Amino acid sequence: MTTQVVNPHIAQSTGLHTISVYVANKPGVLARIAQVFARRGYNIESLVVSPAMDGNFSRMTIGLSGSPEGMEQIIKQTSKLIDVLRCTDHTDDNAVVKELALVKVRVGAEQRAEVLQIGEHFGCKTVDLTETSLILQCTGNSEKIDALIGMLGKFRIIELVRTGKVLMARGDGLT
Amino acid sequence: MTTLAVADKTLDQKADHLRPQVEVKNPPISKQVLDGAQALVKGLERQGVEYIWGLSGGAAIPIFDALVTTGTKIKLVLVRHEQGATHIADGYARITGRPGVVLVTSGPGATNTVTGIMTAHMDSVPMVVLTGQTITAMLGKDAFQEADVFGITMPVVKHSYLVKRTNDIPRVIKEAFYIASTGRPGPVLIDIPKDVSSGPCTSDLDPPMDLPGYNPFIPVDKDRVKGIAEALLKSKRPVLLVGHGVLISRAWDQLRRLAETLQAPVTTTLLGKGAFPETHPLSLGMLGMHGTAYANKAMLECDLVMSIGSRFDDRIIGQAPKFCRDAVRIHIDIDAAEINKMIKVHHWCVGDAKEVLEELIKHVRKLDTDAWLNHLDGLKKKFPLKYKKYGGLKMQYILDELDKLTGGNAIVTTDVGQHQMWAAQFMKTVRPDGWLSSGGAGTMGYGFPAAIGAQFAKPHDMVWAVVGDGGFQMTMCELATACVHKLPVKVLVLNNHYLGMVRQWQELFFENRESGVDLEGNPDFAKLAECYPGAKGFTLKRGADIRKILKRAMDYNDGPCVINAEVEKADNVYPMIPAGRAIEDMILEPPKHKLEKPTGST
Repeated sequence: MTTQVVNPHIAQSTGLHTISVYVANKPGVLARIAQVFARRGYNIESLVVSPAMDGNFSRMTIGLSGSPEGMEQIIKQTSKLIDVLRCTDHTDDNAVVKELALVKVRVGAEQRAEVLQIGEHFGCKTVDLTETSLILQCTGNSEKIDALIGMLGKFRIIELVRTGKVLMARGDGLT
Repeated sequence: MTTLAVADKTLDQKADHLRPQVEVKNPPISKQVLDGAQALVKGLERQGVEYIWGLSGGAAIPIFDALVTTGTKIKLVLVRHEQGATHIADGYARITGRPGVVLVTSGPGATNTVTGIMTAHMDSVPMVVLTGQTITAMLGKDAFQEADVFGITMPVVKHSYLVKRTNDIPRVIKEAFYIASTGRPGPVLIDIPKDVSSGPCTSDLDPPMDLPGYNPFIPVDKDRVKGIAEALLKSKRPVLLVGHGVLISRAWDQLRRLAETLQAPVTTTLLGKGAFPETHPLSLGMLGMHGTAYANKAMLECDLVMSIGSRFDDRIIGQAPKFCRDAVRIHIDIDAAEINKMIKVHHWCVGDAKEVLEELIKHVRKLDTDAWLNHLDGLKKKFPLKYKKYGGLKMQYILDELDKLTGGNAIVTTDVGQHQMWAAQFMKTVRPDGWLSSGGAGTMGYGFPAAIGAQFAKPHDMVWAVVGDGGFQMTMCELATACVHKLPVKVLVLNNHYLGMVRQWQELFFENRESGVDLEGNPDFAKLAECYPGAKGFTLKRGADIRKILKRAMDYNDGPCVINAEVEKADNVYPMIPAGRAIEDMILEPPKHKLEKPTGST
């Protein structure tokens, strides 16, 4: 296994990139990786970290936007870190990308049916229900969640929590 | 638990009381369990460590103690400031190729190493810095002399550790040396809480490493090398641009063979000085901001540039889009992240310079470069490095004479500024370990301690620290270290009573408004040296005395000596490419009209 990436695959868009990093599960790794981004003035838009199947390793999925040139440097510099095994830009890749969101909506009895109907259309689960509010749980790609939030816009969204993307390469591809 | 522990202690005390009273000083290490600090010292021994440079303090006492209790042969050298320790270790490491080891305490002791760690990081120098830390139970509680040095140094280390368990110490030491000295070398920091260094260590002293993400040995891609060879063989006006990487991989023989086979001219970066003898007919000397005019003109006219172990630093390339824009650009570097970072290249190969060059030599032959070399010889004659010998005492004159007297046999270290650039221009570096300078970081105060480190590494070689009056005052406290160890380091203080390079910029780009550059209050450096037992001071004021005084310094070997050279106050370094400008904007002499403010960094 090598960490040397000379010509990393970089999506040519200047929009949002999704990068996955496979790292040794050791203290300080997140700080080191975050520093690679921060030093170049990049703002991380989403970040999901959790242990991998082998508990000695962790997976990170990082969403951020920037130019392809900047992204190339970030991937190379991240790959260079001692505790990083792999760092890959999966934007535009053949990959499964999912995000989870919890949306708390202020609803009285008269709006409840419509909100539940919207939730049902988006395949949401209702995970909390009170006289005055309900919480919808939605999973799917980020665009779907954006659409749900758009639809709920005419109601009062009290709180919104999104996990940020998690991603897995399809088939034989390595995440 | 508490009750039990107390009970055990009482029993132990009783047992002690019953034992026959035999006084044992420093009981043999094999009969007791090692504590963490002793295991650490054993680990350092396994790595072949000769010297530790350090300054003690509360959180590091167990480690300093272990240097006594283990009876180790590792020599501890007490410095006067932790920054000095790091630069000494850096100088030692650049000469030997082995990591320099630094041991300091927590808090301010640890933070004082940051400058030296950054210097080593920017110049890819192997170093292991051991810092004491407060006990683990107090971590993050603003304990006395607690600094998050793991966090503070993170941007300037190759890797770092906060050791939380005593049994991890042997593995961490082994990994740290491996990381520091392989691949692209760099500094590794190990922060060790006091309870961790005091606790019992029961783990194997030679444990397996756990570095699944680190593989520094990259096999040479032979096809890529063939591609590079094909590009070279088409070139009529090639230039080899050589950096520190060639010295780090000890590839100077391969480089020389390649250059001579191809008959290609060689220019080096500031840190590449010595990778190719500057007295060689194919040498163009140093390029870049204050490089030779002929080296820079060669960059403008070449049809191919091949960088070997250089990272196309901004002081070399000027404006990236204009750098060798019509030439075929090739990059050989051990660090994949350097490829296409500053300059987009046509061909590249990631790998150790020595291995890549060995492979490359197999595929090349003499190029048709006679016309090119003739042209460059013409440029050398037309645009030589020059200075006036009359008038005030010139730094260039002294350095030129020093070069003639030492004949390339000495190790030369420098600080940063005008003296550094003139030394780089006028001191022809011949031996691969003949030039130590802080390139990437541009650290004032580097030169003198680095010279001490070089002298530790090569006790019988002549070591000259060429420093400015500004930089020397930052680390001159290490005169004591040099005296205690009777190191015959020769310090040439080129004293213009100015922060000269900044004054030069203010003159050229800020309408000569001097701000914060006048070093009034300088001591008499010769007298200062004489204060230290065993040190010698010389004063140099006239051109006629240069040789005499330099020779007297060369003959004094009982300890360090300091030459206070009172040089001309205001002189400027040329050639010069203003920061942020392209190489074609190089100026060769004082400009007749006002220059625009530089747009580049510093």
